[in-house]
Amino acid sequence: MHHWDVIVIGGGHAGTEAAAAAARCGATTSLLTFDPEQIGAMSCNPAIGGLGKGHLVREVDALDGLIARAADAAAIHYRLLNRSKGPAVQGPRIQADRRRYATAIQSQLAAQSNLSILAGEAVALQLAGGRVAGIVLAGGEQIACSAVVLASGTFLGGRIFRGEERETGGRVGERAATQLGRQLRELGLPISRLKTGTPPRLDGRHIDWARLEEQPSDVEPWRMSPLTHGSRLPQLACAITRTTEQTHTIIRDNLDRSPLFTGAIEAGGPRYCPSIEDKIFRFGDRDGHQIFLEPEGLETHLVYPNGLSTSLPADVQQAVIASIPGLERTTIVTAGYAVEYDHVDPRCLAPTLMTRDLPGLYCAGQINGTTGYEEAAAQGLVAGANAALAVLERAPMILQRDQSYIGVMLDDLTLQGITEPYRMLTARAEYRLHLRADNAPTRLHDTGVAAGIIGKPRDDHEQARRKARSAIAEALSDSRTASELGRRGAPVSQDGARRTAGEWLRFPGVTLDHLGIDLAEHEPELVEELILDARYAPYLERQNAEVESMARSDGTPLPAELRYQAIAGLSNEMVERLDTARPATLGEAARIRGITPAAVTAILLHLRRAA
Amino acid sequence: MNDTIYAISSGAPPAAIAVMRLSGPGAFAAVERLAGTLPQPRRASLRTLRAGDEVLDRALVLLFPGPATATGEDLAELHLHGGRAIVRAVSDALAAMPGMRPAEAGEFTRRALFNGRIDLTEAEGLADLLAAETEMQRRAAIRAAEGGIRRLVEQWAARTVQLSALVEAALDHADEDDVSSADSNLAELIAELSREIDGVAARPGSERLRDGVRIVLAGQPNAGKSTLLNALVDRDAAIVSPLAGTTRDRIEVPIMRNGIAYLLIDTAGLNETPADQVEEIGIARARQSIGQADLLLWLNDVPPPAEPVPVLWLNPRSDLPDRDAEPERLSVSALTGEGMAELWQAIEEAVAALLPAPDAVALNQRQRMLASAAASHLRAASSEPDQLLQAERLRAAMRSFHAITGAIDVEAMLDALFGQFCIGK
Repeated sequence: MHHWDVIVIGGGHAGTEAAAAAARCGATTSLLTFDPEQIGAMSCNPAIGGLGKGHLVREVDALDGLIARAADAAAIHYRLLNRSKGPAVQGPRIQADRRRYATAIQSQLAAQSNLSILAGEAVALQLAGGRVAGIVLAGGEQIACSAVVLASGTFLGGRIFRGEERETGGRVGERAATQLGRQLRELGLPISRLKTGTPPRLDGRHIDWARLEEQPSDVEPWRMSPLTHGSRLPQLACAITRTTEQTHTIIRDNLDRSPLFTGAIEAGGPRYCPSIEDKIFRFGDRDGHQIFLEPEGLETHLVYPNGLSTSLPADVQQAVIASIPGLERTTIVTAGYAVEYDHVDPRCLAPTLMTRDLPGLYCAGQINGTTGYEEAAAQGLVAGANAALAVLERAPMILQRDQSYIGVMLDDLTLQGITEPYRMLTARAEYRLHLRADNAPTRLHDTGVAAGIIGKPRDDHEQARRKARSAIAEALSDSRTASELGRRGAPVSQDGARRTAGEWLRFPGVTLDHLGIDLAEHEPELVEELILDARYAPYLERQNAEVESMARSDGTPLPAELRYQAIAGLSNEMVERLDTARPATLGEAARIRGITPAAVTAILLHLRRAA
Repeated sequence: MNDTIYAISSGAPPAAIAVMRLSGPGAFAAVERLAGTLPQPRRASLRTLRAGDEVLDRALVLLFPGPATATGEDLAELHLHGGRAIVRAVSDALAAMPGMRPAEAGEFTRRALFNGRIDLTEAEGLADLLAAETEMQRRAAIRAAEGGIRRLVEQWAARTVQLSALVEAALDHADEDDVSSADSNLAELIAELSREIDGVAARPGSERLRDGVRIVLAGQPNAGKSTLLNALVDRDAAIVSPLAGTTRDRIEVPIMRNGIAYLLIDTAGLNETPADQVEEIGIARARQSIGQADLLLWLNDVPPPAEPVPVLWLNPRSDLPDRDAEPERLSVSALTGEGMAELWQAIEEAVAALLPAPDAVALNQRQRMLASAAASHLRAASSEPDQLLQAERLRAAMRSFHAITGAIDVEAMLDALFGQFCIGK
């Protein structure tokens, strides 16, 4: 019988990154999916990136993942969000041609050595000696392996709701992985329910585009991945419309037919991505909500109305569409729906995404209670790499909060757990000035190299980039006097000061021209990265000092066998949260919601007394 | 913490009553051995305390079952008659029981902290409360011990979170029109909070209540500083002689008057031409004291130095025939008592501005520094045009608030805290 190092269950954004990362590490890897044709499918919005999410995409790319290159290969619309705000919160986002995106993922997987694709349904995990030893397929066939990455998305116990209709499945038209879900419960994994939703898909041929505000693709030639070469696909424009009073009346009149309001769906949904009925119920005073019309591809006429997620009955959805300017004559091709699914409480996971109580089992993506392709991809990469590294008996790849958005997400998930589907936001990252979308390779390349997940083309590119980086850094460390700048027309006061070029760039209005520095031979993105570093330097220095002092004062390790129940003064709720999250250090414990300073003190004193 | 601790928790005997406090798993058993039977929890009952056959005292006995007690453990109080012999006899009887030992300095409070009954600002307040000798000290400390500072800081933090949320919403959801862009009023709201915090931080701190208001007497040699000091404290604290330069070092005398603690400091005369090295050192110390004074009593005939401290310019030894009254100087005579009441009144008026208002929350120096840091971050945030950096400043302010309540850097806080405990609580 064949033995695999790592088997990945699920061919979505988490599963594909997990399989590719495990294989890049050198583990023999198999990707198991219901239907290999569906690998890389975008179940919801045909977009990749955005605020916070774009950062994740760049980080996964810096670790040589798939998502950014696939996004570039399929992009039919580029938009840098927050262009007017500070560069640290700008979010690169693309609209993808669905079919081309899946094809790009599939061809990257096909080119990956050590990786096979298997069609089938895993119905059970096989255990031996308290750890994962293999899986059982629906036909009864057994496959041996040393680690399993579970990336089953919404398919675990998935249930679809649309008005009065119910269906079992993770995506419309596809079945759910019910048996496996049952086994996970029996194994004692903490499982609860979440819900998410998707809007109807429209026939774009009958949308009155001319009446709507157009949102064109960015003319600036930026890409998601620096390894993407060649020209862009033909670019399509998106359009913006709004719901009307009539829309709201229709929805209000039919709230009793929405499973969200009849109580049929009890699970919590994402506050950040509410259904249209939620928005109208909660913000009744608004006269309209924006709807972005996003084309789903170059050859398809399907359009995704972003902002119209709903689980109302199909006939109500049609009436809603007809009440929106520009959409009056269009028809619904696939109706929207809500899906309720099982997820694992991520507090049972280590920062490697391995379940602490079931060695060899890793979880990644929506199963951990997150939402979004980007969040899923990032977890997939971490779980796949770490599963492989553990099997190969190499050091794990741990990403820290001060190093990456991925680290922020892992820390949030494994320490805090979730109360709604977790979406990345830049506000979650306390080291936001440093964690920018533009400097992901600088932050993560060495970690990726140490884990062995960086391929040669990426490494070559990064080495060249580093060379250029130090040349630029050197140019920016040259000093200039105020009078020199004044002669070149810089708006600086003549205080006679001598500063480095980098320091001068912190002054509003000072440009490279004023400094007499020509960096035209270098990539503009790289130059921008260094200019930003210089501009934010005082803040970054303070943050670095903070990181160090935090590491010192919060680094008190909490032993794994620590019994919180035995510490007087902790409420039952605190004991439960601490037992579930198992923080590794006192600092982590202090960050858990509901853990008061008095409680942290009690833990510290308990440790001191025990010592 | 399996042992049970005990200590007299009221003042040192002799006194009308003495409260012996016991805390720990063996507290009730110990009381039972002394009293024979246990009263109902939280009910004061009279019991005869015995060691063997010997009657020790008739005492009021109170039991508080843990964990809802001050220390989080079983807690008992014996209200004894406050004679030294009784207190010693009961202590000896307790010490003879297995698992019982006298409490160490601050141990009751430490157990409360350990058991999560209080947070650090409350523990700091409790430390001050125990050291409090004056009514004003007691009131300030009790406000801290009851969480007044924590509530104040939490309120600032809650408002900062609200303001941060506005900025973060504008940053993370700018492209969604369901999130309105940041309030145009935001900068003003942030500035308002920073002014408010500055106002509290600028208030007189609680350490003056604890350490006493520093009143420095300075002037030329033989101006009568020591004589005046002795008159102010109503005893011979400093050596007085007709010889110039009798006082060669600083003399510090703590006194209490009308509920306020003072530290009166006598200094060497400011001789322009010191006779020897010892006098020179004394003068240097005098100048140092002037710099640290809360209030300067200036006894020189030349006008007082331009120090940034309040000054009362006195005309001392007003009983002497050659010393005529001058309008800008308060005439005082230690000998006749002339002007002494007026001087105390002037001191109390000057000092009122230096002490926390009776019912205001007073911060200690550590808390004040952190609050000022938070206020300056907020001030910077209010004028920052880059929303990203504005958000950064708001976060920095949050970190300062957390440092006050001990949410971060707990170790350092604890060390500072436990250094200043006294026995008995």
